[in-house]
Amino acid sequence: MSTATVESPGPAGPASGPNRVDKEQQPYVEVQKPRRTGIKLLVLLAVWLVLYAVFKGKMTKALGLQDTNSLHQKLNDARDWVQLDGKDNWFFGGVLGAIGDALDAIVKFFQELISIPAFPRPVPEIGWLGVVAVLAWITYAVAGLRSTLLVTGTLLFFGVTDQWSNSMDLLIITMLSVVICILIGLPIGIWMARSKAASGVITPVLDVMQTFPPFCYLAPLALFFGIGPACAMVLTIIYALPPVVRITEHGIRSVSPTTIEAARSLGLTRQQMLRQVQLPMAKRTIVVGINQCTMAALSMATIAALVNGPGLGKVVVSALQTLNVGVASVSALCIVLMAIMLDRTTTAASERGQGRSNVGSASGMGVMLTGVVLERLPRWATEDAGRGQRLPRVTAAGRGFLLALLFVPAVVLVLLSRQQLNLATFPDVSETPVLKWISGPQLAKGINNFTDWLVSGVDTYTIWIKDHITMWFIDPLQSLLSDSPWWLMALVLLALAYVLGGWQPAAYTLACEVIIYFTGVWNDTMVTLSMTLIATVMTMLVAVVLGVAMGRGRKADLIIRPFLDAFQVIPPFVYLVPALALFGAGRFTAIVAAMAYSVPIATKLVADGIRGVSPTTVEAVRSTGSTRWQMISKVQLPMARESLVLATNQGLLYVLSMVVIGGMVGGGSLGYIVVSGFSQDQLFGKGLAAGVAIAALGVMLDRIARYAAARYGR
Amino acid sequence: MTLTADQPTSDTSTSGEAAVHVSGLWKIFGPKADAIMKSDDAQLSRKDLQEKTGHVVGIRDVSFDVAPGEVFVVMGLSGSGKSTLVRLLTRLIEPTAGVVKLYGEDITAMGDKALLDTRRRRVSMVFQHFGLLPHRKVIDNIAFGLEVRGEAKGGRRNRAQEMVDLVGLSGYENNFPDQLSGGMQQRVGLARALASDPDILMFDEPFSALDPLIRRDMQNEVIRLHHEVGKTMVFITHDLAEALKLGDRILIMRDGEIIQIGTPDEVVAAPADEYVRDFVSDVPKSHVLTLKWVMRAEQPGEVDASSPVLQAGQIVRDAARVVIDHHGPCRVVDGDKVVGVVDEEDILRVVVAEEGLQ
Ligand SMILES: Nc1ncnc2c1ncn2[C@@H]1O[C@H](COP(=O)(O)OP(=O)(O)OP(=O)(O)O)[C@@H](O)[C@H]1O
Ligand SMILES: [Mg+2]
Repeated sequence: MSTATVESPGPAGPASGPNRVDKEQQPYVEVQKPRRTGIKLLVLLAVWLVLYAVFKGKMTKALGLQDTNSLHQKLNDARDWVQLDGKDNWFFGGVLGAIGDALDAIVKFFQELISIPAFPRPVPEIGWLGVVAVLAWITYAVAGLRSTLLVTGTLLFFGVTDQWSNSMDLLIITMLSVVICILIGLPIGIWMARSKAASGVITPVLDVMQTFPPFCYLAPLALFFGIGPACAMVLTIIYALPPVVRITEHGIRSVSPTTIEAARSLGLTRQQMLRQVQLPMAKRTIVVGINQCTMAALSMATIAALVNGPGLGKVVVSALQTLNVGVASVSALCIVLMAIMLDRTTTAASERGQGRSNVGSASGMGVMLTGVVLERLPRWATEDAGRGQRLPRVTAAGRGFLLALLFVPAVVLVLLSRQQLNLATFPDVSETPVLKWISGPQLAKGINNFTDWLVSGVDTYTIWIKDHITMWFIDPLQSLLSDSPWWLMALVLLALAYVLGGWQPAAYTLACEVIIYFTGVWNDTMVTLSMTLIATVMTMLVAVVLGVAMGRGRKADLIIRPFLDAFQVIPPFVYLVPALALFGAGRFTAIVAAMAYSVPIATKLVADGIRGVSPTTVEAVRSTGSTRWQMISKVQLPMARESLVLATNQGLLYVLSMVVIGGMVGGGSLGYIVVSGFSQDQLFGKGLAAGVAIAALGVMLDRIARYAAARYGR
Repeated sequence: MTLTADQPTSDTSTSGEAAVHVSGLWKIFGPKADAIMKSDDAQLSRKDLQEKTGHVVGIRDVSFDVAPGEVFVVMGLSGSGKSTLVRLLTRLIEPTAGVVKLYGEDITAMGDKALLDTRRRRVSMVFQHFGLLPHRKVIDNIAFGLEVRGEAKGGRRNRAQEMVDLVGLSGYENNFPDQLSGGMQQRVGLARALASDPDILMFDEPFSALDPLIRRDMQNEVIRLHHEVGKTMVFITHDLAEALKLGDRILIMRDGEIIQIGTPDEVVAAPADEYVRDFVSDVPKSHVLTLKWVMRAEQPGEVDASSPVLQAGQIVRDAARVVIDHHGPCRVVDGDKVVGVVDEEDILRVVVAEEGLQ
């Protein structure tokens, strides 16, 4: 792949993407030589179709699910070696073993603390009531009253739906992963912000980490750490680390240069600068990074369940495998609620003004509390908030005092929950009036009934849609890609990469093709590719319609944006549940789920692009008397081209990671092979190879899209 | 300037130890600055050098002295290198060549520790965009410099409170910077600079971001503070009126080079070249020029003992009433010696020339 990094007058390097600097540096290139991309693509398609017709079904490299090749066997042998002899190896047994054991032990400690019986006790050390009390107290301390209410309500819901222990497991895995991400990521981010060299080395690594769909490192991790909590955590950490690092670096770098300069002129040392200026000023941004990290960690819940990570994800996965929509929905709902809870809490924490809570800044109960308590607080607990501020401000000491005061009831509840059984394990509510309607099994049954009713009502339409799209689009495209001889496909992809992006992406494509060829799952990769392409096209159709509406009208934006925000919080696996309910198992379901996952991000990018078109231009065009349709098609869309290309690029990567996951609900191909690798011993090697193929496919699509974006996105 | 024009400041720089001594100072921006400095390329004009090597000359061979207690104004158009110059004086940017001494201490040769100490005790800066810390209260912002040099909490609180009162912010100690108006924020910046009791204050266009009325208040504030605390000040501005109002002497820059150094009336009356002439062309001359610049040689018998006596350093506008009322030539003296005469016509020439401009 290194050939592609030699300098050339072509488009910008992949890392820089379509940015302004490139524009200024080579303003004439495009004008000088017309590319005729359309014609070239048509010729390519024609040649392809002819050869396809001639060779259809030959040399396709198709390999049955249970068939393996020699590489897969070798990988199996390697697995056997690691499992049998690895313990004595300094690396596998020593380093990785120690890390794995440590992580397992930490998880076990917390599990016994709040979620599973701590031997010899029949219940965890702290019962549900104590957990609710302590978490509420922590939330109040970092995020204020509203978040506290949300957290309390959500936790109680976990109990009522009979998912207490699974929820706590998920919370433990997620929060521990986030803490480790912060411990690793924060120093790295700080280092990168202060050293150009470090940033230059680490940024490409982060790029690659974020290009790989998480499915592709499942198998290697399972091999290194063995399946279980440790593996699940490492998986989660790898996926959730990049946002913390990037956003920390960004936050520190974007501290106003004037402030830095002013601080330097006062004679600050580098240490003082970091501690007293850069970190405090970047704090909010860093908390945003932690929010992103938390969301990313949570979105791994279900994937982590595939390597036997504890938590709600396990329930979702097993329910999906038995196609039990009701049970899957209940636990998916719990995951979503946990996502909302963590998102709101971390967001509230980041929006907090530092050290400036006025006495009356809390609402409702907070005001009452402050009225009663704070007026009587000793002198050191409050101070005048300065001119123009009516209410006094609580000092750091005062805050500490208040929190210490509130900690007392929390401790009492913890002690109570250790002694009384019905406060230790969540009581069964299936007999309680009202609550019984939302108790776990009841809710699952209700949802099953509802979906049955709904599906029986609409299934004529959904099946019609599904069948027609499958027949007219999915099947022909899949056949075109997977029934072409492998060498034809390889050439077509190469040519496509060359025409769209020049020889650099073609070089990447060639390298990735070689890798995919040797993994032995060429044919499955082509099936996955065809699904990815269809889902991307459909995503972009929806995204352009919604994005144009949002970009043009404030009202549409106000209505649609909250939905998009909400969708982005939902962990990807959850999309499978409604898709499964409506369309049954199959490739189409995977495609729909992939769309649901990628439409929000693509729509937002399109909307931003449309809104970014200069109002002066829009006004000038309006003054020429053009119609709305002319405005959209001739001015706004062409001028937002950069965003459109970017949206396609992002959408493509999102779609790929979801299409793979869709393997679990009948999407077949690569994702299914990866999952089979865990359930069937002799398929381990093949699953690993499929993971590599996914990574290669991801890199290939990403490179082509990026270079094309750099070329056409201006 | 009206307050200080009659002090003989323009030649103090050579006597005694200068507060700021700059000689042969260069700054070239770019990775190969040192190599260019040694080569002949350094002699190229700013534009040619940039075209040839991509390097920008920020400051080219600048030398001057600032006397203790002087208000020294640096002015020039945007991009002329003013900010670069003032940052070189405290080594916020590293000079490419040359020497800067503050009260005799060569800061260009200092080690890191000594440099930190100089910044903590000897010089303070005030910036155009304030550079306050948003997460600290006003009082803590002001005490920040004292905190970083390790002073005890009680002491720095008291000192900061004094500064709050000095700049007229009493009552706002506990506010956060974003709760204050721009003018008040700059007062915080000023108080922070004064808190460490430095020998030298440097201002980089401190009032450009403020609206005209507030700016005038702040200028008067600086004049008042200068009277009260008597610090040496290096003041950057691109506003000529501000320069004339505050400066004992004015340095005019273009493309990183010095074009002229002189007292306000010297700059207005005898601009060194077209660039400076353009600069000062809209100045109301009668408000700046002193009689020294408008008087003529005495013709025998023209004046007698009854005609009024005026000081050579007096501003034309202030002398106008006396001269016009007298209906004849008046004597201009420097000390006891008569150095020339002015009459109605000499005064009117200045004033009318101005009308023509407006
Ligand atoms: N870090 C830098 N790298 C390269 N060139 C610089 C750098 N800093 C300043 N320059 C250049 O040096 C010249 C002088 O800049 P400087 O900021 O000193 O001007 P100024 O007189 O303060 O202008 P203004 O009134 O706009 O503040 C400008 O041409 C600027 O582009
Ligand atoms: Mg400047």
